[in-house]
Amino acid sequence: MPKVSMTVNGKAVSAEVEGRTLLVQLLRDQLGMTGTHVGCDTSQCGACVVHVDGRSVKACTMLASQAEGSQVTTIEGLAKDGKLHPMQEAFRDNHGLQCGFCTPGMIMSALELVKHKPNPSEHEVRDWLEGNLCRCTGYHNIVKSIQAGAAAMRGGK
Amino acid sequence: MALQMGASVRRVEDYRFITGQGTYVDDINRPGQSYAVFVRSPHAHAKIKSIDTSKAAKAPGVVAVFTGKDTAADKVGGLICGWVVKSKDGQPHKAPAHPVLALDTVRYVGDHVAMVIADTLGQAKDAAELVEVDYDVLTPVIDPVAAVKAGAPLLHADAPGNVCYDWELGDKAATEAAFKSAAHVVKLDLYNNRLIPNAMEPRAAIGEYDRATDTLTCYSTSQNPHVLRLILCAFIYGMPEHKLRVVAPDVGGGFGSKIFCYAEETACTWAAKKINRAVKWTAERSESFMSDAHGRDHQTHAELAVDKDGKFLGLRVSTVANLGAYLSTFATCVPSYLYATLLAGQYTTPAIYAEVKTAFTNTAPVDAYRGAGRPEATYVVERIVEIAARQLKMDPAELRRRNFIAPGAFPYQTPVALQYDSGNYNLALSEALKLADYAGFQARRAESERRGKLRGIGFAAYIEACGIAPSAVVGSLGCGVGLWESAQVRFNPTGSVLVYTGSHSHGQGHETTFAQVVADKFGIPIENIEIVHGDTSKVPMGMGTYGSRSLAVGGSAIVRACDKLIEKGKKIAAHLLEASVQDIEFAEGNFKVAGTDKSVPIGQVVFTSYVPHNYPKDLEPGFEESGFYDPLNFTYPAGTHIAEVEIDPDTGVIAVVNWAAVDDFGKIVNPMIVEGQVHGGIAQGIGQALLEGAVYDKESGQLLTGSFMDYTMPRADDLPSFKVGTTETPCPHNPLGVKGCGEAGAIAAPAALMNAITDALGTEIDMPATQEKVWRAAQNRRMRAAAE
Ligand code: FES
Ligand code: FES
Repeated sequence: MPKVSMTVNGKAVSAEVEGRTLLVQLLRDQLGMTGTHVGCDTSQCGACVVHVDGRSVKACTMLASQAEGSQVTTIEGLAKDGKLHPMQEAFRDNHGLQCGFCTPGMIMSALELVKHKPNPSEHEVRDWLEGNLCRCTGYHNIVKSIQAGAAAMRGGK
Repeated sequence: MALQMGASVRRVEDYRFITGQGTYVDDINRPGQSYAVFVRSPHAHAKIKSIDTSKAAKAPGVVAVFTGKDTAADKVGGLICGWVVKSKDGQPHKAPAHPVLALDTVRYVGDHVAMVIADTLGQAKDAAELVEVDYDVLTPVIDPVAAVKAGAPLLHADAPGNVCYDWELGDKAATEAAFKSAAHVVKLDLYNNRLIPNAMEPRAAIGEYDRATDTLTCYSTSQNPHVLRLILCAFIYGMPEHKLRVVAPDVGGGFGSKIFCYAEETACTWAAKKINRAVKWTAERSESFMSDAHGRDHQTHAELAVDKDGKFLGLRVSTVANLGAYLSTFATCVPSYLYATLLAGQYTTPAIYAEVKTAFTNTAPVDAYRGAGRPEATYVVERIVEIAARQLKMDPAELRRRNFIAPGAFPYQTPVALQYDSGNYNLALSEALKLADYAGFQARRAESERRGKLRGIGFAAYIEACGIAPSAVVGSLGCGVGLWESAQVRFNPTGSVLVYTGSHSHGQGHETTFAQVVADKFGIPIENIEIVHGDTSKVPMGMGTYGSRSLAVGGSAIVRACDKLIEKGKKIAAHLLEASVQDIEFAEGNFKVAGTDKSVPIGQVVFTSYVPHNYPKDLEPGFEESGFYDPLNFTYPAGTHIAEVEIDPDTGVIAVVNWAAVDDFGKIVNPMIVEGQVHGGIAQGIGQALLEGAVYDKESGQLLTGSFMDYTMPRADDLPSFKVGTTETPCPHNPLGVKGCGEAGAIAAPAALMNAITDALGTEIDMPATQEKVWRAAQNRRMRAAAE
């Protein structure tokens, strides 16, 4: 089986994968990083969003071998030195999650939005989230969380 | 210490979820586990002539291939339905066999034909393709009305005419009489569209067998692990309950669909013992679409009799409900007792008669989905009331007011079995009118018109029966279980508290809310309390979470256990303070001799109970009690939601521009969590009204909406922000005064939104109000206007 090597949350990893192994399967099943979720089989739900070389990617829609040599960041890699990322804090402060299943993907996707739009309007947040489904929150508090998280990031936290 | 109840405390459980450390079933891997893949029927209705598993069995990595023959040989029982509903003629509902793996017939696309188990998931998938099934395809029937017509294809030999039951409720003669004396009769035909729950976490299961103790473990995405254990042991496997452990860890949403006992966890757990190896299965989303229990699917004709002053005199309702191919766990009670009992709504309508015929069809089983019967009832009542207002040319708010049950009329006996305990419907309506700026609506409508847009406003004054349920009442109505809840509260010697609850949290935030309740009970910090749920080997007993029951019933059980501990603490404190027990009071964490400054903190009392050197002679050591709570009545959350839409007649696009919700949930423990529940419920209700609908091809029985590309889930840009408010009439019969908030949004929203849309269009359309339907209706409206 071919071997892939990449950096996940700052650590060098390598694993043997089948040609058909998806990045999300590598992360979850082989590396034991189960924070990245799988909610669908058609690239619609966004529960699997991670960052590959600084860009948000649906890890269910990328082969593990395509991430060869990449820098991958997952939800597990956001908190630094025991301190939550401001976007994580914002989700907690604003009740941006209920069952938590969509949450890792929401947070990872939100960070990509903030990169392009540091001060997103409600409309911009809602528009951006078309690739992320949540069945619990009705999005109201997710939108609030993302705007609050963006504000905290602007504040230089 | 400040009271926790009533405060928007940040959720305790969030840390693990926002850091990716939740533990959902698919995150669990057991040593040496194998993987199961189910071979599913590609046909809606077919005889199985033969199944050849030989090629699959020889494929790389395959451990076993099982079919219905194997489960039958092992005497694995069929899946059950736990509520008996009697037809008009007194006969119990028809309960055809529901095998875990199909025997000789498949009855819906996705029905379980075989189970392939292999070392890896990839191998199991590959081998599943090699299972050869020879089918004799039969004609399917999809529509429930067609299914109960003479000559329709028959699903089950023991359910003639495809009828499960033909049931009635209410006083038919009194209702007929009411219609005779009516000044107006309002008529409505409606379809309550079929929905697919789609919790974001797909169902999953791991079965495991421990040979040393002859014990099975089932990890399951369940809303009620103890009930699953009971069903599996008592009805399916025929084994003692203490030999099965059910673990439902973090569960990613349920909305009803994870209440039920399904074929997959049943098969995985059975197979684990067969092959003496853990067996894991996780649904792909397409399997969720095909095989999770669906919701709703009612066709209804309703008539409302109204007198010349707008007073409702009578309501008659006739519904045909689709139950799918087999009965799911609670399928029978949803379109009967959870539906027609709510047809009084918030009104004094004196005579009501409902009849419900339920049909077997070649579709996935239909069961409870967020609201379960109550959204269907609200949709009937609130649509027909709104239409009545239009026909009588009355203000819809005023018509409702004229018919509301008055705040002084409680307890109020409705003509459809329920006794409402408390409420103030006019207050919620009035608050909602303010929140929605109803007074300014006409100006906003005129402004929209100037831009060529159609604006509409719609109400839903809903009521629901929650806090399910008083065991004796539901027992008399055919329910096969008691619907109490249980809790155990244990102090550790150093003062921290473990609370074991039979309720299950899959997004509701029990770890926070229940801890708030306990913190206030004992006057201790919330950080010292841990809520434990979801494991039958830890939690002594439970009935689980559904029907907005967790706080009203589960929370009340916790209060019971806490009260017992306080009573015990008083005895210990009396001993320590050399006072009589009658003189001891407990408040804010201290046991105190009344009228003195002598007191002892609870921490010291607890410690003394575990180190009983100086202790009452006849008292057991330890500080742990359990409590069971069986509610005296249902609870009756109610309120008014007002939706406002703006429609672009050129495109049919609907913008939901305003949403005002005022709900009465009784006392509220955590307003932030309650608001979140309301938001989520409204979103699902808006989804039903605008976007969602499960569609089967009428000829072939294929599920046409089998993925997120075909079934439209509400996305962030489909929804507005919501304005929510509450009023409070405490529930008079549970110790917390709470009513439950989980389902309200999904119950109120479809009626409110469809009332708004039909107000804007000036014509009736059915859910979902898709862009095409709306565009057509808007064009017709234009043509009508031009012709006038
Ligand atoms: S798992 Fe749904 S988009 Fe990746
Ligand atoms: S919080 Fe449950 S799916 Fe979003």
